[in-house]
Parts: sequence; structure tokens; C-alpha cells
Amino acid sequence: MTTLRDALPSDGNGERDLSTVPLTPPSANNGLLAVFQRRYLLRLLVRREISARYQGSFLGLLWSYIGPLCQFFVYWFVIGTILGLHKQVENFGIHIFAGLVVVHFFTETFGAGTRSIVRNKSVVVKMPLPREMFPVASMLVSLYHVGPQLIILTIACLFYGWVPDPIGMLSLLIAILIAMAFGTAAALMFSVANVYFRDFGNIVNITQMFVRFSVPMIYPFSMVDERFGSAAQFYLLNPLADAVLLVQRAFWRGTVPEADRDPSDFPDHLLVWGVGVLAVGLLLLVVAQLVFSRLENKIPERL
Amino acid sequence: MTTSIVLENVTKTFTLRYHRTIKQVSVAKMRGEETSSTFRAIDDVSFEVQQGESIGLMGLNGSGKSTLLKMISGVMRPDSGTVLTRGRIAGLIATGAGFHPQLTGRENLFLNAAILGMGERETLRKFDEIVEFAELGHRLDTQVGHYSSGQSARLGFAIAIHVDSDIFLADEALAVGDKPFKRKCLAKMAEIRDSGRTIFYVSHAAGQVRRMCNRVIVLENGRLGFDGPVDEGIRYLHYDGDDEEELVDADTGDDI
Repeated sequence: MTTLRDALPSDGNGERDLSTVPLTPPSANNGLLAVFQRRYLLRLLVRREISARYQGSFLGLLWSYIGPLCQFFVYWFVIGTILGLHKQVENFGIHIFAGLVVVHFFTETFGAGTRSIVRNKSVVVKMPLPREMFPVASMLVSLYHVGPQLIILTIACLFYGWVPDPIGMLSLLIAILIAMAFGTAAALMFSVANVYFRDFGNIVNITQMFVRFSVPMIYPFSMVDERFGSAAQFYLLNPLADAVLLVQRAFWRGTVPEADRDPSDFPDHLLVWGVGVLAVGLLLLVVAQLVFSRLENKIPERL
Repeated sequence: MTTSIVLENVTKTFTLRYHRTIKQVSVAKMRGEETSSTFRAIDDVSFEVQQGESIGLMGLNGSGKSTLLKMISGVMRPDSGTVLTRGRIAGLIATGAGFHPQLTGRENLFLNAAILGMGERETLRKFDEIVEFAELGHRLDTQVGHYSSGQSARLGFAIAIHVDSDIFLADEALAVGDKPFKRKCLAKMAEIRDSGRTIFYVSHAAGQVRRMCNRVIVLENGRLGFDGPVDEGIRYLHYDGDDEEELVDADTGDDI
């Protein structure tokens, strides 16, 4: 043994002078901010997720788009053709798809984020990483898939003579930010809760169904307005309903000829609602972080 | 001398739950059975380690060695008491963690290195060295899922051992790979020790501890049983007398 050791060249590290380095708790550096301090790791995790999720399948990454596409055609046919909303809503396809982009983004973030910590168990129980890393990475993977969907949506809209307008683009930005904030907040809270009780994973599936029906995607907002009158503003307390309306404001509205526009297609002060809801979302994100920090201490022993 | 690790009255309690579902819990409650109990994995442990010391952490299975190491690495936080460390921590604690079977060895190398705390530049700088150490050759660009268990363990090990650190934790038997690889690992560990870094080494193998360490800490049911010179510590545990030919047989015993 001695001979072996002696034979090895020293790597010349020598003894590092640590007297200036402070003594610190080894687990201190956590939280969402720490996640963004380790962008390099975050980038690799996101890339791993994107490139490895569908490896070994023939259609590969296409699967990320087959899901939403199937949903789209089901709604298009059942709601549009059978229930006849094609006649009531101009360019109903665009109306659905605009909603679907943001709804799918949210549900993917929520679902994958909730499972993320349990799925990365092997890393979580061994390395002192900021554990928020995993829900955040799930959100970014979902966000990555929003890009191509928006491109498809844009191309479709251009066919209908849509021209982008600044307010529309602002609406789109706010909508994405709303979905990001609420999606990440929900993913943070549920990912850690899922460690304690796997029941939370099932709750997510159920909420996803509610989400799809609680937004003006497969029916127009004008219908809600008509049924509930002034009570329709309570409907707008649902952050995703606002996000969907904002995306429709960005895309669908421009495809409808000026003369066919119904003033009740959109609520008054939609942008104000959007900004307000976004503020609530950011607040919820702070709350989610606090909940997460409280519960995460016991993650290694409960996994 | 600079202190490297300080533990003060560290205690960690685990809750054991006997029943998982609502049905089981309510049945147990009706029968008046206990549904959970707590036990102290680590009970009021205090010690200090100076920089450059190499500590052998020993104890029977279930005595709390792993838990203690997890608190020093920062994965777990103590329920009471404080754990303080100085400098960067790395070690053989998460070898191969996060390996994705469908990514190539090269991709996994970068990812695992990042998980272990290496930056992009640091990984690039050490890339050749790691690859050479892992002895994977042309297999580096095939999927890790197709590696043998020894090959993937070797890759994990090679990455972990090359992370720059001030405190080096080892919570695994050096039981990866074949005999030449094992010998290479022990030599690398010795090199780390001789470079003046603090080593914290969990092992059942008395011979390895004797060769590697200059101080032994023994845990008994979560309490500090012994803290002192190596030979006395090994005698304290009654582990002496079975350390012939370490490389062949004795390193299988690391539980955790």
C-alpha cells in the first residue's frame, strides 16, 4: 500500500489555507434564490429531462405535442361540432388552442412538479442541493414546450389575417407569467406534500380536470357573462381563467373581424385583472416557499 | 490548526410510522395500538475535527453513522444542537446519484459532476482525468443503462473522487469494481488524505481504517462511545484480529 501511494504523483493541491473561511452550517444555502445561483446545474437538469423523457420511443419529443393535440381535436369535434359552438364562436379552433397552450403549461408544471422530488429521490436523499431545484426544473421543461405551441398558434392566426398588437403581446407575457407563478407555487407545495403522502399526486389529477373546465377555453367568456351577469367577476378570481382570456386577447381576438366582435367576449379591464392576479401569484409563490422550507427538513427521512 | 467540523450536542430524532393508510391507522387506533414511535438516531453527540485529520467513523449497523454523515454533509439538519463545517464538502456520498440510464456516460458525467457541485469549467478541466480513472474507454458515449453495474459504479466513483473539497466524506465500501480498481481508489483516498484535507470515513473494515485514519470515533446507539486513537478504537469495538488481507474480503461490511 505504502509503495503504491508513494508511486502516485501528488496533484500539488497542498493544504489550502482555510483560516479565513468561516464555519457555517453545511445545509444553509437553500431556497428559490439558491436555485438560480446554481444555473449551470439547473440547465443540465432541464436538458436531461427534455432529452431523456421520451428516449427509446419512436416518436420521441413529438409525444409532448401529441397529448395537447389530441385534447384539441376532441374539444374541437365534441364541443365545436356536436354541441355546435363553431356557429356561436368565431374561429372556435383558435379559441380552444389559445386556451390550451396556457392550460397545458400549467397542468404539466403542476403534475410533473408534484412528482419531481419523489422521482429524484436518489439525489435528494444524498446531496444537499436546494430541493426547490426539482419543481423549478419541471416548470422550465414545461415552458420549453410552450414555444413550439405558440409558433403553431401564430401560424394558424396569420392565416386568419391576425396582426400582432402591443397590448396583445403584453397580455401574452402576463398570461405566461401568471401560469409560471401559480404553477411553480403549486408544484412547490405539492412536491413536498407528495413526499409525506403520495395521495397528493392523485389530487393533482383531479384538479387538472377542474382546471380544464373552469377556464373559458371550450366555451366563450360571453356565455359566462350572459349566465351570471355581474357575478361573472367572481369567475375572474380564478387565475387561470384570466390567463386564458389574456392569451385569447393576444391571439384569438385578432382573428375575428372587427364587425363580428362581441363586447362581452372579454371582461372589462382585463389587463388590470391580469396584473392583479399576477401579483397574487407572486405572493403565493412566497407563501409556497415558506411552506416548502418548513416541510423540507423531513424530506430525507420520509422518502 | 483550523477547526474543520464542529458538532455541539447534536440530536436527531426519527419518527417511525407503523401504518401508512387511513384504514390501517384507524384500525390500530381502535385497538389502542401505537401508530408511531420515535427514536433517537443521534443522541447528544459533540466533537471537533481539525483540518487535515482523517477520522474513521465506526459502529455497528444502525448505530447512526449514516445519519451523522448526512448531517455533516448537509442533507439532514439536526433537531437540536449545531453542526458547523468549514470549506467545501464532497465525497463518496452520492456516487452515481442522478445517473440517467438513457443518457450516455459523457452526459451523465457532466450532470453528476454538477450535482456534486462542480462548475462547467471545473468539469472540463478534470474531464480527461475522470474518464481515465473510470477506465471506460470507448464506452463513454454509450448509454449508461447498457453498462455493467461495475462500470457505472466506477464512473460514479471516478467523478466523486475528483471533486475539489476541503472535507471529504466517504460512506461507501470501496467495493466497486475489480481488485486493481479498488487498489487505485484506496491510493486516491490516501492521496486526498496526504494533501491535507479532512477525511471522514465510514467503514467496518478495521484494516482500511487503520491504514487511512489517525483517529476513530465510535457510535453506539446514537451516542458517542469512543473518540480517540485508531488502535484503541478498533479494540473498543472488538474489531481487531480480523483485518488480514483487506483488499480481498473485508470491505463488504459497510451497511448504510
